[in-house]
Amino acid sequence: MAVIEAKNLTKRFRVADKKPGLWHTLKHFVNRRYRLIEAVREVSFSIEPGEIVGFLGPNGAGKTTTLKMLTGLIHPSAGRVAVVGQTPFQRRHDFLHQITLVMGQKQQLIWDLPAMDSLKINASIYRIDPVEATRRIDELAGMLDLGEELQQPVRKLSLGQRMKAELLAALLHRPRVLFLDEPTLGLDINAQASVRDFLRAYNRQYKATILLTSHYMADITALCPRVMLIHEGKLMFDGSLDALSARFAPYRELNLEFRHEIAREQLESYGEVESAGGHAASLIVPRDRLTHILDELRNGFDVVDFTVTDPPIEQVIGRLFRTGSLEAAAL
Amino acid sequence: MKSFAHKLRTITGVQYAALLEYRAEMVLWVAGTVLPFILMGVWMTASAKADLVLQPVEMARYFFATFVVRNMTLVWVVWEFEQQVVKGTLSHWLLQPMDPVWRHFAEHLAERFVRLPILVVIGVVFFAVYPDALWTPGLWDIPIALAAIVLTFIMRFSVQYTFAMLSFWTERAHAIEQLWALPYLFLSGMVAPLALYPQAVQQVLVYTPFPYLIWYPAQKVLGLPTAAGSVEVTLGMAVGVMAFWTLVFILANRLLWRIGIRRYSAMGA
Repeated sequence: MAVIEAKNLTKRFRVADKKPGLWHTLKHFVNRRYRLIEAVREVSFSIEPGEIVGFLGPNGAGKTTTLKMLTGLIHPSAGRVAVVGQTPFQRRHDFLHQITLVMGQKQQLIWDLPAMDSLKINASIYRIDPVEATRRIDELAGMLDLGEELQQPVRKLSLGQRMKAELLAALLHRPRVLFLDEPTLGLDINAQASVRDFLRAYNRQYKATILLTSHYMADITALCPRVMLIHEGKLMFDGSLDALSARFAPYRELNLEFRHEIAREQLESYGEVESAGGHAASLIVPRDRLTHILDELRNGFDVVDFTVTDPPIEQVIGRLFRTGSLEAAAL
Repeated sequence: MKSFAHKLRTITGVQYAALLEYRAEMVLWVAGTVLPFILMGVWMTASAKADLVLQPVEMARYFFATFVVRNMTLVWVVWEFEQQVVKGTLSHWLLQPMDPVWRHFAEHLAERFVRLPILVVIGVVFFAVYPDALWTPGLWDIPIALAAIVLTFIMRFSVQYTFAMLSFWTERAHAIEQLWALPYLFLSGMVAPLALYPQAVQQVLVYTPFPYLIWYPAQKVLGLPTAAGSVEVTLGMAVGVMAFWTLVFILANRLLWRIGIRRYSAMGA
């Protein structure tokens, strides 16, 4: 039975429509105009227990709004949603005991006190016996490689240590479902890797279901066998990373080695030049024109060697985000 | 119930520790509530020159008591809640199985314990300057005064937390709350003891929440009778009026919460 189920989930926001300037400010004061924004449009999916799913999309795509509906923070405008068999926005205690939401850019720990004090509050709110709470804190701190840091004021911790302490606070009640919104935001590479390792271990140990949004593709490739891609509020893709690559990357990477030095401008008519310098160059070319372009290059230049590879998933998704349009990304 | 008391005790304890980090600021916050002492100077002078109901020394005691009551019942939840809604930080509390009101309540409770020692120091200085103002409370005066202060705090908290709910509709709920501040200032007994008001006004006021925010608990701190005009405000009447208004605001609060929370869009969260 699915642990998260969304059916035609929709969220519309009414936002004030006001142009800049004094005149428009006065006009807006007497005659307010609003427009309706559809942040999430008829999104449907289901997630099984123990799955780790990456939720991808450019900024403003509707990822966080969806997470907020799944956690019960906001009410959907239409559609149905069930998490652990409950309706999130009713925010029943039984439901709240089973979920958590970690927001990379927001913190729940009390800034001026050691994280341990916030953990004490969480333990009492979730009715965790003090002995059991200490056992869990020790266990999670071990997995997160946290020690003395828990006794230091939160404001004195590094960003990485702080995020680990936030994770500990969010997981103290051992939730079955984790909603993670950019949990590695701003962390250095080591801290990112450490958070990823922890999430993987937590998922294995507690069979927890994880829905993760991240702009760091390393998070997605390392943790998520399944990804969902949302764009302008619509779910565009739901499947494996390989399937995503095949669908949204109908192009290949062509790495060339020339006998003579070559300039970038000489190659621009053959495809998108990723890099060019000295005797080597790398081009992105449409998959269906690969043979034709390769023939043309071999006729026009003295090609010593070449290799053809699929672009890495980071590049595929990065390209989707950069262009801001899935259609454009498909070359 | 035991579990709830444990939660409240834990949160209050941790918040107390957090507030101690701001102890220097706390002194300044208390210093910002010295209006009663300024009013005391004005009314003592007026009382010395004119034949008022209260003598200068009684004025000094009354305004000292209002200073204590005001400090022990101070509420700022509207500002905090408004920020939580506007910045979306309310989300963390909404995701936990405890109504956010108790987190705010515990924070206010903890603040009292940080504020109290500063009030004691100010009290010592006050009585050193005005030794004539010192009075000896009766055996029952202290528990009755404490109970009055607790009831006043609960009523004041429920009033302001109800105004705080307007944050779901406007980003400036505290500005609306200021509408309450004006009658509070003039009708609570803060700027003048209720005995100086016209009899008819006093008799109407005792059925509103205002005199119970300052005047009634201040009179109880002083162990003085609480008659307003021809109306004798007995302990039972005071508890009844305060309980009534507290209930009215709690009901309004829960209604606004249920409607408002649907509007919460967790901006920026």
